[in-house]
Amino acid sequence: MAKILVVTSGKGGVGKTTTSAAIGTGLALRGHKTVVVDFDVGLRNLDLIMGCERRVVYDFVNVIQGDATLGQALIKDKRLENLYVLAASQTRDKDALSAEGVGRVMDELRESFEYIICDSPAGIEKGAHLAMYFADEAVVVTNPEVSSVRDSDRMLGLLASKSRRAENGEEPIKEHLLLTRYSPDRVNKGEMLGVEDVEEILAIRLLGVIPESQSVLKASNQGIPVILDEQSDAGQAYSDAVERLLGKETPHRFLDVHKKGFLQRLFGGRE
Amino acid sequence: MNLFDFFRERKKQSSASIAKERLQIIVAHERGQRSAPDYLPDLQKELIEVIRKYVNIDNDQVQVVLEDQGNCSILELNVTLPDR
Repeated sequence: MAKILVVTSGKGGVGKTTTSAAIGTGLALRGHKTVVVDFDVGLRNLDLIMGCERRVVYDFVNVIQGDATLGQALIKDKRLENLYVLAASQTRDKDALSAEGVGRVMDELRESFEYIICDSPAGIEKGAHLAMYFADEAVVVTNPEVSSVRDSDRMLGLLASKSRRAENGEEPIKEHLLLTRYSPDRVNKGEMLGVEDVEEILAIRLLGVIPESQSVLKASNQGIPVILDEQSDAGQAYSDAVERLLGKETPHRFLDVHKKGFLQRLFGGRE
Repeated sequence: MNLFDFFRERKKQSSASIAKERLQIIVAHERGQRSAPDYLPDLQKELIEVIRKYVNIDNDQVQVVLEDQGNCSILELNVTLPDR
């Protein structure tokens, strides 16, 4: 049975697209046939993060409007066998996505994929609403910062009331918290909300903590999902999160301050 | 830094704990509003209009609160009448 997973946050710039690319790639790495769908109509960016921007011919809106088939619009990842991308349209037409059209595409994707990752746009407008409407599970991406936590709580309210599952009285969307851009050092100094603080306020299951890391920018510069950088702390933290998503219990890492060794301190090692 | 400053410094709340406190308050407040039905603001507006037909009151002299008590909800209407 295919699973639809929305990556959402309310607030912009917290790491939704980075997370969608990482989780999609992580699931495909583990043998699950996965598609990542960009819902940010007008501001397409998933293709850049996934490194397939030059291979976009048809997009999500073309499929909805019948100008292309799903087979034509799906972009196969060059690195992984099981991974596909459906790009967002660059149209400025705000009504390009319709609930009926998105539903039709989701049903068709369900037939051939195990996981459908919906990369939500920021905000609570139509694109964000439709990205979460058909979801079975939600990853709420949050930064340890007041406006992001507040917006995440608002999204949790919408997930619980404005989704198809809520409207049909079905089992509610399973919610996961993903804390990104986490700096254990600043938490220790009392300058940043800690994992426990955010968990206490939002009261949902913690999927993972992604440390603030230079590897994230390096990965997006190159169009390689950061999860493929196995040396990096962020890549490893995303791998752990994917394992947990698949039901495995693994301890949370990168929550403590990384202590530099004597030589590293002397020569100033880079992460 | 003298000794007095040292103790005062330790008492000062960290910015993270201020953030947590502020969030807990605003989130609790917004969750309360979220569970309220959509018609509540309209209901309040119309109630004020009806009362105004008879008594001269300001908007903030009428409070409409919906309280959830397990399997039933109580709509509480509180009108402060002006001095006669």
